Amino acid sequence: MNAPLPGPLNDNPVLDRWVTFPSAGKVTVLTGRVELGQGVLTAMAQISADELDVAMSRITIRSGDTKKAPNEGYTAGSQSIQFGGVALGQALAEVRALFLDQAGKVLACKVSELSIRDGSIYRNGKSTGQDYWTLAGAVDLAIKATGSAARKSVSDLKTIGANSARLDLPAKVFGDSVFIHDMRINGMVHARVVRQPNRDATIGSVDESAIRHAAKGPVEFVRNGNFLAILGGNESAVEAAGAAAANHVTWENVEVPTPLQQEANWLLQRPAVDRPFGAEPADPKGRERFERTYTRAYLAHASISPSCGLALYKDGQLTVWTHCQGVYPLRASLAKTLKLEPSSIVVHHVQSSGCYGHNGADDAAADAAIIAMQKPGQPIRVRWRREEEFIYEPKAPAMIVKVRALLDEAGRPTDWTQEIWSPTHNQRPGAGGNLLGALALPDPPPEPPPNDVPEANGGGATRNGEPLYNIPAKRMLHHLVTEAPVRTSALRGLGATSNVFALECCIDELAERAGQDPVQYRLSITTDARARAVIEKVAVMAKWKAGAAAGSGRGRGIAFARYKNRAAYSAVVVELSVDEAITLHNVWCATDAGLVINPDGVINQLEGGIIQAASWVLKEQVRFDNGIASFDWETYPVLKFSEVPEIDIELINTKDKVPLGAGEVTGGPTAAAIGNAVSHALGARIRDLPLTRERIMAALLRE
Amino acid sequence: MSKTFDFSVNGKAVSVSLDNEETPLLDVLRNELGLMGTRFGCGLEQCGCCMVLIDGAPEKCCTKPTWSVAGKQIVTVEGLGNAARPHPLQQAFLDEQAGQCGYCLSGILISAKALLDKNPKPSRAEIAQALDGNICRCGSHNRILRAVEKAATALRAGAAR
Repeated sequence: MNAPLPGPLNDNPVLDRWVTFPSAGKVTVLTGRVELGQGVLTAMAQISADELDVAMSRITIRSGDTKKAPNEGYTAGSQSIQFGGVALGQALAEVRALFLDQAGKVLACKVSELSIRDGSIYRNGKSTGQDYWTLAGAVDLAIKATGSAARKSVSDLKTIGANSARLDLPAKVFGDSVFIHDMRINGMVHARVVRQPNRDATIGSVDESAIRHAAKGPVEFVRNGNFLAILGGNESAVEAAGAAAANHVTWENVEVPTPLQQEANWLLQRPAVDRPFGAEPADPKGRERFERTYTRAYLAHASISPSCGLALYKDGQLTVWTHCQGVYPLRASLAKTLKLEPSSIVVHHVQSSGCYGHNGADDAAADAAIIAMQKPGQPIRVRWRREEEFIYEPKAPAMIVKVRALLDEAGRPTDWTQEIWSPTHNQRPGAGGNLLGALALPDPPPEPPPNDVPEANGGGATRNGEPLYNIPAKRMLHHLVTEAPVRTSALRGLGATSNVFALECCIDELAERAGQDPVQYRLSITTDARARAVIEKVAVMAKWKAGAAAGSGRGRGIAFARYKNRAAYSAVVVELSVDEAITLHNVWCATDAGLVINPDGVINQLEGGIIQAASWVLKEQVRFDNGIASFDWETYPVLKFSEVPEIDIELINTKDKVPLGAGEVTGGPTAAAIGNAVSHALGARIRDLPLTRERIMAALLRE
Repeated sequence: MSKTFDFSVNGKAVSVSLDNEETPLLDVLRNELGLMGTRFGCGLEQCGCCMVLIDGAPEKCCTKPTWSVAGKQIVTVEGLGNAARPHPLQQAFLDEQAGQCGYCLSGILISAKALLDKNPKPSRAEIAQALDGNICRCGSHNRILRAVEKAATALRAGAAR
């Protein structure tokens, strides 16, 4: 009987899109998910080893390649394992079944007598001389999956659930050429783009001789409309020219964001599309009302390497190398921008530094492609400058979250409204935005209509806007602000960070109002067994004690979320102290990510999410002052080694049947747990991020 | 007119001819000598991705003019060890799975090497301080600190033998 196929397998049902047996003893596994430093390819190899019964060392993973790999859209949203891994596992289970059927025919025996060990077929425990590779010629994998094969049961898993060393890490520790920045192609030239400051800005004048003088080496100019690039064989000269160009190219119709616009409150009273969700308005009569407003500022992805892209246009074929999250969506956007057929473009993924969402990767690839179209036969390498990455990467939008609750006699919420003001979290190419370079071309594509990540995919600004707690009536009102001062798009967690920060801080405020301990209060309003389990677990790990007095300068806070209300569950406790600044001491985290493929890999991601969120909350804000004033690591500082807390993480329920995406789950709970711990330490609440020294002082004076 | 500069990289003598003597050492390592292990992160000496040892001292080389290293000894991450003969630091980073994207690791390994050369038994706080000139954005900090501690122990044990 045929079962419904997991989404990505339904989209790419032909089995040889997922696996091939290229030569004796070798397996090639293909996935649409790409390595962003999150260790996903190692996890895919683990899944493959178990489903095929082969050693991991036989497996080569190919990923993110529009020629061969399956189209799985973007590697984003903590969906790689929960959806992509499940699809891959199902495809491989089916392939394994096909080989066993064929072996049964060749050996004239029942399939139930057969087993596979490291790729070899055994009959009643005895070697048969047959294996995947002897049978491969007779097994047609160019057929569609049917969903009929059973996956391994959890008790039969060997590689899944065991710590596996990251396959990509050795090359990085030995300094090999693994990153896109390290790619060199014969005849390649380096390029820097003189960036159009904003859509509709036009070039006034270009002082080519001044730029050439600054380059101290030969450079060439390539221009198409308001897209201007500097090319040359010597990267040092091209870099110097790119840096100098800002002073020697003038622009008309320049719009710059102002300091006023950098604050979240600027979003109020702006043109917006109002999007209501959930329960009808309730009658507040006779019930206690609670209302609080929380905000956070614009954030940068601040990837450690500036974006890079390579392209070659030759014989009517465009080949692009990129570190973007979705090679197929990029191909579609490039086709539209360059007026080519998608079939004449091949996009390859190459590793880069962590992106944490939509950074400059797609745009750098587009820059290279635009230049390559004007220089047929010449491989083009564009590498953004540091300042360019900070200024032109899409920002995580500022957000305002207003919580309104009606309370019962015990101080528990019976009605919850989360009102959200936010620009879009989705201007990925092909989804809600254009490639940056395309806007400078003579015939720029039209602005897409305002939209955000669909709620069916977890939502953008509305992500985690609905509490998981038992509250009889819940609703959200999302004001999708359509005129943002800067381009905004997806950063790890999207709206979940602000929504969880607001709602989990409000839960603490309600607990305090009800005279209850924050842990007990949370348990009193949730019956979800898995939610309760992580909250109870983290309380034990942190040796949580109810009733610790507030205002001592040292404080503890707890927070909880289930990412998107449908991926992993995580509870976090933070201990910190506050004087003029905040010092983080300890973080404890209990997470239920369901079936865990690589426990150490998941812990690494959870830790990374905690540290990154701590950095957002304590330090980060993109500042505007006659343009983007956060343009390097001094104007956009992030958490340093000496500022990182001790972190203790435990995974629970790891042998569940189903994996739940975990890469983004700790961000919101960490932000809120820090907010709650600061309030506990100070005896005063700060509701705006980041938690700057000025805000600490103001909160102390206020209360 | 090009000028020639002689120095050593990872124990090998090199001679580089440059039209512009101000060319950053990082560009020479990557584009002239093909040593891609030293990464470009900012070009501003802020992030530490381009850290190398110059006569034993850790230095960011993304803006360091090549003329200034003439006659000096440079060590890059490739000079620490390789898959066949990993340096104890590299081995410890693998043992602790200390990294995510790995882009910052070359510079961090070099900073850690410089620290352990000077201070074979650093405290956790001393390690953190020595690495404050290196930015890690993925949040692998604690693993990296553990790995450096582990390497220090291994190096001390090796020295004692």
